[in-house]
Amino acid sequence: MPAPLFAALAAQNPPLRCSPIFAYRMRWKRRRLIWRALRRRHDLSRLRVDEGAIAAAPLLAFATIRNEMERLPFFLAHHRALGVGHFLIVDNASTDGSDSYLAAQPDVSVWRTDASYKLARFGVDWLMCLKFKFGAGKWCLTLDADEALILPGGRSLGALVTHLAATGRPSFGAVMIDAYPKGPVNEGHYQPGTTPFDHLCWFDGDGYRAQRHRVFDNLWVQGGVRERVFFQDQPARAPTLNKTPLVHWRRGYAYVTSTHQMLPRRLNHVFDTGAPTGVLLHSKFLPQIAAKSAEELTRRQHFQNSALYEDYHQRLISGPVLWHAASRRYHGPTQLEQLGLMSAGDWQ
Amino acid sequence: MSSLGFVMLCHTALHRAAQVARHWAERDCPVVIHVDRQVTRVRYDAFRRELADLDNVRFSNRLRCEWGTWSLVQASQTAAELLLSEFPAVRHVYLASGSCLPLRPVDELRSYLAARPMTDFIESVTIRDVDWTVGGLNDERFKLRFPFSWKRRRFLFDAYVELQRKLGYRRKLPEGITPHLGSQWWCLTRQTLTAILQDPRRSALERYFSLVWIPDESYYQTLARNYARNIESRSLTLSKFDFQGKPHVFYDDHLHLLRRSDCFVARKIWPRANRLYNTFLTDDAAINRMAEPAPGKIDRVFSRTLERRTRGRPGLYMHSRFPYPDWENGKTAAPYSVFHGFNSLFVDFESWLARRLGTVVHGNIFDPRRARFVGDVPIYAGCLSSNATMRDYNPEHFLTNLIWNTRGELQTFMFGPRDSQRIGSFMASDSNAQISVITGAWAVPLYLSNRNFAEIRTEAALLQRREIDFVNTLRHVKSRADIRIWTLAEFIEEPMENLQSILDAAEGANALRLTEAPRMADLSGFAAFLQSLKNQGMNPMTVGDFPQEGLVHRPPGDRNRPYLVN
Repeated sequence: MPAPLFAALAAQNPPLRCSPIFAYRMRWKRRRLIWRALRRRHDLSRLRVDEGAIAAAPLLAFATIRNEMERLPFFLAHHRALGVGHFLIVDNASTDGSDSYLAAQPDVSVWRTDASYKLARFGVDWLMCLKFKFGAGKWCLTLDADEALILPGGRSLGALVTHLAATGRPSFGAVMIDAYPKGPVNEGHYQPGTTPFDHLCWFDGDGYRAQRHRVFDNLWVQGGVRERVFFQDQPARAPTLNKTPLVHWRRGYAYVTSTHQMLPRRLNHVFDTGAPTGVLLHSKFLPQIAAKSAEELTRRQHFQNSALYEDYHQRLISGPVLWHAASRRYHGPTQLEQLGLMSAGDWQ
Repeated sequence: MSSLGFVMLCHTALHRAAQVARHWAERDCPVVIHVDRQVTRVRYDAFRRELADLDNVRFSNRLRCEWGTWSLVQASQTAAELLLSEFPAVRHVYLASGSCLPLRPVDELRSYLAARPMTDFIESVTIRDVDWTVGGLNDERFKLRFPFSWKRRRFLFDAYVELQRKLGYRRKLPEGITPHLGSQWWCLTRQTLTAILQDPRRSALERYFSLVWIPDESYYQTLARNYARNIESRSLTLSKFDFQGKPHVFYDDHLHLLRRSDCFVARKIWPRANRLYNTFLTDDAAINRMAEPAPGKIDRVFSRTLERRTRGRPGLYMHSRFPYPDWENGKTAAPYSVFHGFNSLFVDFESWLARRLGTVVHGNIFDPRRARFVGDVPIYAGCLSSNATMRDYNPEHFLTNLIWNTRGELQTFMFGPRDSQRIGSFMASDSNAQISVITGAWAVPLYLSNRNFAEIRTEAALLQRREIDFVNTLRHVKSRADIRIWTLAEFIEEPMENLQSILDAAEGANALRLTEAPRMADLSGFAAFLQSLKNQGMNPMTVGDFPQEGLVHRPPGDRNRPYLVN
């Protein structure tokens, strides 16, 4: 008896592309990405670089920032406490003193560039240069200034990477969860240096969807509050939430888009049952979001579809309320584990 | 002089090993430490200086140690010999590692052992009875030769094992030896230990064991069987292995778990677990309970780890768990009920069912306009949006999310041929789904609607085609759901009995009898409607053999009265 619906379901889950020819193409793509990144090395000028400290630290954090004075104190403090040994930060033409603040930190190396963020593949190229030079053989954590990595059990990164190494996993996945306030996003007050998640203490506990990416074989997670509010009618364009921020770096590795996808493809296999995963708590919706969105509209340096995002930025400026009665209040890592947003896996 | 001495084998985190050694030495327990030769001279000297003020700490000759090789046994032999000769009062020797941590005061351990002066605590099981090893060599470790390092020369190791298997090579066991295996962390009496170390055949036995795979799990465990008077086949050290055979590491958040275990010593401790070290190394004033060690108390946690590692949480699809299709171990997190066609036939079916079940009953959550959650809310539990575009982008995850997020509450919803159909095959293949279908019920709203007959006819054809697809899917060999299918004609013959059977299956055998009936749509004239469809060339075959004369045994006046089946 024919069962058309089963056939339809099979068609919706096309097999992963894995022919030898395709694998070879991916190999060249990876080489091209590395080559492209290395060509951008001249964009960077050294502001304060402590090569001795970088060499001594087993765990490095990388970030590209622009005018993040408000978030930097917490960003550094949070990840320091987690066990990051040294921060390598590219400052993309900040005007609010972020660069001099960073240069004054004991465990931060700063590079500066005025080149185009978009042409550097949204900073990925710059950070790949730095990882190529300093990250090989180390655990490299790649983040944005508005992300805070949360680990299952509230344990440290040092313990995590020891476990990952012992279980033969070269990478660690995390899903990005947007935190938002109860009122309109452009209202309220945030005191720099304190945790932004006292103000942004709500998040969507469910409504995330995942599918395997046919080309890169990563898990493509979408959903959450930004889709619920801004991308209802185009869920396919909704922001990608899966990331692979922590990698035991080798020179042949490459990030494809932001930290969502990597090559070689096996690094994307961070979601096998039993693998520990984390959460990147996203503090995007601080009150200053309206001003940033307005600036973004004129700079047009953000994401592929600047036109698509125009409407999104316009709405952010108007200060929408993201909160809903079904939102969850953030209580800590255990809660995220119970909700299934992250898992300690076999790292119990 | 103390009757208890420790042998410590250290290779990393020496500052922690020093802390533990100091703890024991200061409480009058002699300690002999073996430090791996691979530790640099500078660090070794610093380590010795750290413990220089303690006169009951000794350092044995350093050997180069490698996991799974004979060198580890050698290291413990030399250290144990030194301990036995330098401290004649020692009665029990406890073998520990640098990443061990005492969980209970030394005095408790001492008096525990003093009460059992002739007992050897060494886990020792025969390989015949127990599959000790995790996914590895079991009795072959005694029957083959293992000259190559597993860690550094994996290829040679594997190739040589394969070669011996092919050739049928088998080593001869030394006489009087029955191979036993067990945890490498033991506590032996002086008598047993000296008997092993001073065995006249020691060199011959060593030659044999030095080519056994992982001899530190078998050398003492086998020989103790020959000499010990009273073996307690368990280790006093709490040490767990995951399913890949890697030791489980304890972190700060395991504090309460370790306390509860009542074990004397635990390994392996994460070197930067400050809270664990601070708590267990200072807290000597604990109550002297003389409790038996109970590692079983925390086994629960480890079986959960294994469960998580190998199967994950059923019904969760997320970054932390994304199984391949058909390998889900439960496509959804909990049972749920789907009613296909019921709300077309009964006017107030949803509210009736909600009253009857005492749970949430959703409308058609796959309605093409928007998901009709209970109360028509735009956003349901866990911020699940009712937006149809978002839902249809990935309906499978829409459903699994709904079920996952409402764990503990039975989810019930309506379905029909007017809804988005893609979810059909997913539900059919889900063993958590209870699907009850009345085929042909789509005709009832058409009959009641006040539309042009041409329109009705087209729509009837479409709905019927969709319904046939859905029913075929349910009857497919891949279906795993609990499925009941009636035609409309069959169902209305005995509606209460049929409803009762669904509810019985959903709630177990003890379900109450139905006392209140849902209100059925007025079907007088329905037979004529069906006939006119047929006359237009559209055969509503899924309705079944609907009686031409209509519902004879159901007078119209009876419909609103509660219908008692008793």
